[in-house]
Amino acid sequence: MSQGTLFDKVWNLHTVGILPSGQTQLFIGLHLIHEVTSPQAFAMLRERGLAVMYPQRTVATVDHIVPTENQARPFADRLAEEMIQNLEQNCADNNIRFYNIGSGSQGIVHVIAPEQGLTQPGMTIACGDSHTSTHGAFGAISFGIGTSQVRDVLASQTLALGKLKVRRVEVNGQLKPGVYAKDVVLHLIRKLGVKGGVGYAYEYAGSTFEAMSMEARMTVCNMAIEGGARCGYVNPDQVTFDYLQGRDFAPKGDDWAKAVDWWTSLASDADATYDDVVTFDAAEIEPTVTWGITPDQGIGVSEAVPTAETFAEADRPLIEEAYAYMDLAPGTAIKGTPVDVCFIGSCTNGRLSDLQEAAKVAQGRQVANGIKAFVVPGSERVKQQAEAEGLDKIFTAAGFEWREAGCSMCLAMNPDKLQGRQISASSSNRNFKGRQGSASGRTLLMSPAMVAAAAIAGQVTDVRDLL
Amino acid sequence: MTPQPQSPPAKITRLQGRAIPLVGNDIDTDRIIPARFLKCVTFDGLGDHVFADDRAQLNGNHAFDQPQYQGATVLLVNRNFGCGSSREHAPQAIARWGIQAIIGESFAEIFFGNCLAMGIPCLLADSATVTALQAQVKADPTATVTVDVANRQVTCGDFSASLILADGPQQMLTQGTWDACGQLVAQADAIAATAERLPYVAWAAA
Repeated sequence: MSQGTLFDKVWNLHTVGILPSGQTQLFIGLHLIHEVTSPQAFAMLRERGLAVMYPQRTVATVDHIVPTENQARPFADRLAEEMIQNLEQNCADNNIRFYNIGSGSQGIVHVIAPEQGLTQPGMTIACGDSHTSTHGAFGAISFGIGTSQVRDVLASQTLALGKLKVRRVEVNGQLKPGVYAKDVVLHLIRKLGVKGGVGYAYEYAGSTFEAMSMEARMTVCNMAIEGGARCGYVNPDQVTFDYLQGRDFAPKGDDWAKAVDWWTSLASDADATYDDVVTFDAAEIEPTVTWGITPDQGIGVSEAVPTAETFAEADRPLIEEAYAYMDLAPGTAIKGTPVDVCFIGSCTNGRLSDLQEAAKVAQGRQVANGIKAFVVPGSERVKQQAEAEGLDKIFTAAGFEWREAGCSMCLAMNPDKLQGRQISASSSNRNFKGRQGSASGRTLLMSPAMVAAAAIAGQVTDVRDLL
Repeated sequence: MTPQPQSPPAKITRLQGRAIPLVGNDIDTDRIIPARFLKCVTFDGLGDHVFADDRAQLNGNHAFDQPQYQGATVLLVNRNFGCGSSREHAPQAIARWGIQAIIGESFAEIFFGNCLAMGIPCLLADSATVTALQAQVKADPTATVTVDVANRQVTCGDFSASLILADGPQQMLTQGTWDACGQLVAQADAIAATAERLPYVAWAAA
């Protein structure tokens, strides 16, 4: 059993009590909601005649279904319009703060909460979205929940949960040029597997994470869930505090110093005990690309699609399924794989620094003929900041489309979808079959800079050759 | 608002029925219910779309389409079932198709929690047990499978094996507290006391 970790401290502080079943009743400090997983939860509250217990601790935005081209209301998609109206009504009826399109602060829920300072160290954060793990970058315990649990949080600001174990995932050393947070997390998932984290919270520790910006840490924690860990976090430090200071919801005045003291006290103790510890060397990490249909089917950009013999017997049926679905033969170099669509955005890589890195690659170059390449900022604020820096001009001059904020082709609940067997180079988080809107569409996950490089080359290429 | 009287959730101690084997590791919730079916404000009708794309591609040969498994209530799956998106639409679609219990080698954490909150037990079995059960049901789809939640045991004809389910979820199912909402709301005073000792609750004055 872990002891003295940030996870233990935050869990204990938020424990309301132990339920008769033995599960913990855990207080949720920040509840984030969006249009896809909340309508049924509000309906359940209405059926039961229950009120929202702490409406000021829930914040809403609209992201999944948002069109990134024409945002005029009513939306062309009648079902999408029904969903946004449902959310607007539920927020109005229950006094819930809602960042709607055009508010200047709308965006992907996991982008807007950090950028406004809503996400803070030491909080418990829940949202009906698996990528809620993102907020762990601040030293919060944050995790995805389903709709019945959204109902429970609305009704009681608490959840019935069993405690997770804690694995310290340590990476030390300096990343090589052209290697980003996305490559680190894809590498970790490759090594630890998509189910390696089941039952665990991941504490990302070591000099590599300490040297990362908050946005890079968010990319890593965002994909904890792709490695099976419902929750991933980085201990709060000066980088965290510097990021937070002055943001809309960050503590102000005398509260700031108190907050920094409290946050500092929550970091894992030097003598904390963990249920498991694994260590990696940053120098081993290359720009990483997935070749298959699960996020652990990744390889360095200079490697070839692995042969079935390199996998355990039990894993081979899935590997064979991946070869067939992706139409990639074992032994083929991943570099040079032609792509059709290049997508830069998502809660994994739709922040300003992601767009800056991609723009460095795009600057002064042209998207290859026949490639559809587009950039979807993670929020209205990211879009505005990027435009202030002229990134939009760099992208459009290079032949990328510049869109409005939303989840877009990460999961294709809006009009942005792959067609047929198109193959995408994507800065998103999931390469599942059918994920990007076509039942036979194919996804290669990589860093935003690598996506930009693929757009220029028209094929998977090593971004280091373009830097 | 005054809370409406709710009939207490059922105690789930033992389920019995025919089973459906779904072979494969890492079956994610996008495959269970593709995102386009999430454009809805109720869960109604999701049962018709469970595994929509996989079923279309297999042209009638997907287990959920095969006539011998229609009416099955116990789903037999392999490793890391329900990984990926947190969408409760996935277990809702499975439940609305008719599934009442799932036995698998392992489950993704969020999927497991969603099932628990819906009163659908997800029990773990070792790989040999799942493989044996899947084979037995393929050989005789009419066989009755008994899932004993209280004793963490599965039986199918002469075959019997123990299952794993952590104490907390097991208690919630067998005591009928898997829908925890009422129990949680009832602790309003303790919740307020917890909120009071969290410094950030007072800072959030913006």
